[in-house]
Amino acid sequence: MAKKIYERPIIRPLNTGMMNKFGTRTEYLPVTHIDGVSVKSLIKQYGSPLFVFSERQMRENIRFAKRTFETRYPKVQFAWSYKTNYLNAICNVYHQEGSWAEVVSRFEYDKAINNGVPGDKIIFNGPDKTDEDLRVAIKNNSPIHIDHLDELYRLTDIATEMKVKPRVAIRVNMDTGIYPMWDRFGFNYETGQAWDAINKILASGKLDLVGLHTHIGTYMLTPSAYGVAAAKMADLALGIKNKYDTVIQYIDMGGGFASQNTLKGSFLKGSDIVPPISEYAEVICTALLNAGFKNTELPTLYLETGRALIDNAGFLLGSVIANKRLSDGRKATILDFGVNILFTSFWYDHKISPAQEFGMHTEDTVLYGPLCMNIDVIRENISLPPLNAGDQVVVHHTGAYTVTQSMQFIALRPAVVMIDLMGKPHVIKKKESLKDLEKNEEMPEFLKQFKLV
Amino acid sequence: MRIKKNIAVSDTGFLFNPSTGDSYSVNPIGMDIVQLMKLNKENDEIKKAIMNDYFCDDATFEKDFYDFTMVLRNYKLLDDE
Ligand SMILES: Cc1ncc(COP(=O)(O)O)c(C=O)c1O
Repeated sequence: MAKKIYERPIIRPLNTGMMNKFGTRTEYLPVTHIDGVSVKSLIKQYGSPLFVFSERQMRENIRFAKRTFETRYPKVQFAWSYKTNYLNAICNVYHQEGSWAEVVSRFEYDKAINNGVPGDKIIFNGPDKTDEDLRVAIKNNSPIHIDHLDELYRLTDIATEMKVKPRVAIRVNMDTGIYPMWDRFGFNYETGQAWDAINKILASGKLDLVGLHTHIGTYMLTPSAYGVAAAKMADLALGIKNKYDTVIQYIDMGGGFASQNTLKGSFLKGSDIVPPISEYAEVICTALLNAGFKNTELPTLYLETGRALIDNAGFLLGSVIANKRLSDGRKATILDFGVNILFTSFWYDHKISPAQEFGMHTEDTVLYGPLCMNIDVIRENISLPPLNAGDQVVVHHTGAYTVTQSMQFIALRPAVVMIDLMGKPHVIKKKESLKDLEKNEEMPEFLKQFKLV
Repeated sequence: MRIKKNIAVSDTGFLFNPSTGDSYSVNPIGMDIVQLMKLNKENDEIKKAIMNDYFCDDATFEKDFYDFTMVLRNYKLLDDE
């Protein structure tokens, strides 16, 4: 008789009361390939851990989102939210699909310029723009989104000195029925701050108020909040037309549509509760169309969607370092990637699949990263087949805010690969090296030598 | 090491502890081990039998077997307390 494939012996208690109405979770179904390329071959070639992006999925996402909005509203413009993922190759996929750039810092701004985005198609958001930043943005004719009064005064002074009329919008925050309300950015609608800023801008005549901007939050599970926000933005735009006979050219609704990740503590999986993009589109477009704009004065709808356009196109591949048993009897598996590169595991229960076939039996496991730090927990509890040291896993929905928020801490950061439409992988960021890391370090002469005894 | 006498073992991969009402699911190799333990086999004999049936090296099996018996003990399914 031929020998059987070995699998670690496991036993798990059956908890009949715990099954939810969707039945058992199928998280542990193996994922052996990404866009037709085997996980094993990717890790063999580029190392473990490894970020992998699917060009196909990114393009599908943006095309679908555009179609969804454009079938409901005549003038739509997407701008890629750089902070969500600003690897240049990633940005260019979205630029090739017609997206402008949305940036919140000077270095993001310069990245967009270097990527070839024309200045007038770079939306400059954020609370921290220096005088120098503002001058550069003015020269490039970029729409500047004003965050606070100090910025408004500075910008007015700079415009006077440069003898130009920069294109500006104000960022507006408001009550959309969502808790917590994001009121730290921009000018508040309900308290009249927004009108105050608008009056200042239009009375001075030094700035060209072309738009209104809001970003009501991120990972918003309630589409109706966008309906409220769009109605309030339209109300401001119509009020400006009434009072100053100025037509607002665009309303920028920001980002924040939820991606299909599961928030920690949520009983239901993200994929079961996250609204489709059409629900957001429906409420936003309906609110704008019904607001009472003249047909010729309908503002263009700008969208700065980030996570919903990329989360499901990103995967993190990794390997099992070891298994151990904790003192309370729980199983623990140590992986070769930690919270330093998967920052999002602080608020998501990331879906994780084994990358090889297993039997149907699973066990509850804690997943730890490799950092010698207590906080390095990838999943507090996950049901997985018995993984062995050297086995591989695939973490799903890691396209948004992972690469940009990754920390160089204890471990070097991994390579990033994009699989093109033909199934060919391309390195879009090389693995970090010690040399990269120490590039900006300096050693004072008196510290160059030491002797240990 | 012995499985408690009163523990019911099914062929399809389930254990049932009538004194607590708890049941457990076990994967096929785990079942093989439990059956051998039920037959009062010594650890060495169990290892020999499993290594005979499965592709596995000594060290891996010993590590996993040790872990498995720890869990059985944790669930109070062993007779050696
Ligand atoms: C101003 C602005 N626009 C767009 C985004 C993108 O948000 P999301 O990734 O949730 O779509 C953000 C993120 O916080 C933001 O602050």
